[in-house]
Amino acid sequence: MFKKIVDSTIFSGKCAKDHYRLLKRKVIFSMFLMVTIPLTIMLTINYFQYKSYHQNQIMLPLQEISEKTMHSFELFMEQQLAIIKFISITYNFESLKHKKTINKILISLKKEYKGFVDIGLIDSKGELISYAGPYSLLGKDYSMQTSYKETQIKGQYISNVFLGYRKNPHIVIAVQSFSNESQNFILRATISTDFFGRFIANMGLARQSDAFLINSQGIFQTNSLYYGNALEECPLKIINSHFQPYNFKKKDTKNRDIVIVSSAFTIADYILVIVQPYSVALKSWYDFKYDMVFVFLISLAIIFFAIVKLSNILVNRIKISEEHRESVLTELQHAQKLSSIGRLAAGVAHEINNPLAIINEKAGLLNDLIALSDNFDKKSKFTEISNSIVKSIERCRKITSRLLGFSRRIDVKIESIQVNDIIYEVVGFLEKETLYRKLDLILSLSDSVQPVFSDHGQLQQVFLNLLTNAFAAVENELGTIEIETKNSIKRGVIIKIDDNGCGMSQETIEKIFDPFFTTKKKEGTGLGLSISYGIIKKLGGKIFVESEPEKGTVFTIHLPEGSEEMETNYDKTKAKNSSY
Amino acid sequence: MKIKVLIVDDEKEFVDTLSARLEIRGFSVTAVYSGKAAIEMIEKLKFDVIILDVLMPEMDGIETLKLIKEKSPLIPVIMLTGEATVDNAIKGMKLGAFDFLIKPTDTERLAEKINQANAYKSEHEERIRQAEIENILRTKGW
Repeated sequence: MFKKIVDSTIFSGKCAKDHYRLLKRKVIFSMFLMVTIPLTIMLTINYFQYKSYHQNQIMLPLQEISEKTMHSFELFMEQQLAIIKFISITYNFESLKHKKTINKILISLKKEYKGFVDIGLIDSKGELISYAGPYSLLGKDYSMQTSYKETQIKGQYISNVFLGYRKNPHIVIAVQSFSNESQNFILRATISTDFFGRFIANMGLARQSDAFLINSQGIFQTNSLYYGNALEECPLKIINSHFQPYNFKKKDTKNRDIVIVSSAFTIADYILVIVQPYSVALKSWYDFKYDMVFVFLISLAIIFFAIVKLSNILVNRIKISEEHRESVLTELQHAQKLSSIGRLAAGVAHEINNPLAIINEKAGLLNDLIALSDNFDKKSKFTEISNSIVKSIERCRKITSRLLGFSRRIDVKIESIQVNDIIYEVVGFLEKETLYRKLDLILSLSDSVQPVFSDHGQLQQVFLNLLTNAFAAVENELGTIEIETKNSIKRGVIIKIDDNGCGMSQETIEKIFDPFFTTKKKEGTGLGLSISYGIIKKLGGKIFVESEPEKGTVFTIHLPEGSEEMETNYDKTKAKNSSY
Repeated sequence: MKIKVLIVDDEKEFVDTLSARLEIRGFSVTAVYSGKAAIEMIEKLKFDVIILDVLMPEMDGIETLKLIKEKSPLIPVIMLTGEATVDNAIKGMKLGAFDFLIKPTDTERLAEKINQANAYKSEHEERIRQAEIENILRTKGW
């Protein structure tokens, strides 16, 4: 996929800059997707896994508390029941009928066990026949009450909270027993509901949590903090099973998310309910969730940053290698063009040279004959014409000579040379012209320039060529030409030839190394620079040109350090190239 | 006495015109059109200077030069060459050619070279003669 992006981006369109920007965007986008998709999937999975794990971890302790408290309740109630049962067995029906006895029992109960309010004896017909306590209930008929009926059936009974005759919330514990005359009677005690609150407070629940008792009809048995008071109907629907604690989530009356944990009693019709808001119950989960999202976002930012950095590097690398490839290609094309033109030129030059030699001889002979003959009409005219032919031939000869020079395979003679020495030699050739034209020739030659392995004669030709060009470009008296040499960082020598002459336009610069391109019209053959280019290439160097019209031109040559083996290497490449 | 020049070149037109021009300049010129003919010619006649083209079909200038040097090592040979075969001309110099000229030639220079070559040859012959005389004097007679 990545390759495709690269290819498609590189080969479509012309605007290279947009190209790379587009490529960069594509790379960033695809890399980002590739990284974020799995990360997001992982995060989502983790989110749900952690969520359920956390919920279990939070629910479990709540359930435990609920169970424990429920058992405490049951234990307490069973204890009360056992006390009443014990009394009913210990004291017979007759003794219980005595007010004195029953009063004594109540006093002992109140002293030993907290919560007892009163105690009474109900006979088989349902009439309260003996009573000890703060209320005057003696003679009241209980036969129609649930507590009486239930006790008759089950032998014992623990009631829900109710107000009853005395208009005070309480619960009833009743135990059936039998007198000596096989008459059944019921011992009935009332317990205040204060202890409920005590148990619930002991649960030690978190803030904003609520715990209360309800019965199976959903009537509050204790006051609730948020949902109502005892004996009111509970607004929350609690579904319950007797076999296991139940928990579920729902919204409460204030539209808060809540968790409900409930445990049902076995000995009485009570359900213990714990209500906790989600925010409290799952606080750790929420914290964790935020942490997780935070970490995710942070890593996303880091990834994004890294990807952008990486893409920048990548795209820049691609850009550089592309540009490099392009320049190599251009160079190769140029070299091929040069070599094919060279071959063609050599062929043409050679073929033309023979007839040229004949013409030369013929014209020369003509000249000789004219010179030998007596004066005749237009003798001088004839001489002029034949001389002109000879001159033209001389011009042709120069051209063919250069053409051949351009393509000729001159043996590269590699030796250790001092570039400065060559420059002094070449400058020597041009000294007269410098003086005559009053030009300023500055030599900034570094003494520390290292010797290089190269070809003396060919370098001489190149420098001479570049300098003649520079001389041609500058004006008399105003012209300044500077030659600079220094060591290159890449082991070699840099030679700069800088003139303040007429300079060149961008268009011209692009063509100056092409053979036959000339701006000198009559004087030049357009081969000098292309020959120089060929020579520098052959010697493993590079030649650059910078120029601005009316400002001047700088030619920079990089010559490699080279080695003595260069010659043989060059011959090898030559052989390789000429094979196609 | 006129200097006897042998011109060897496959380009007939060129050779003939050059011959005419050299004749005008007072040389006795013989023209042949191949290396083989040149060898035959020097077997028959004596020449003072030979002008030899480097690039010829069949037997080329270098080969011809070798043969000439074998047969008459004293005759100076001036190589004539096109621009493309300068390397060969230089090879010729190593093989004992007197000089080389690049075509199209300047006849005045060629004439000058011929005179130089002849002078060189004469000098050479003179030295040999001197040496022979000295030898005779040393051995006191035949």
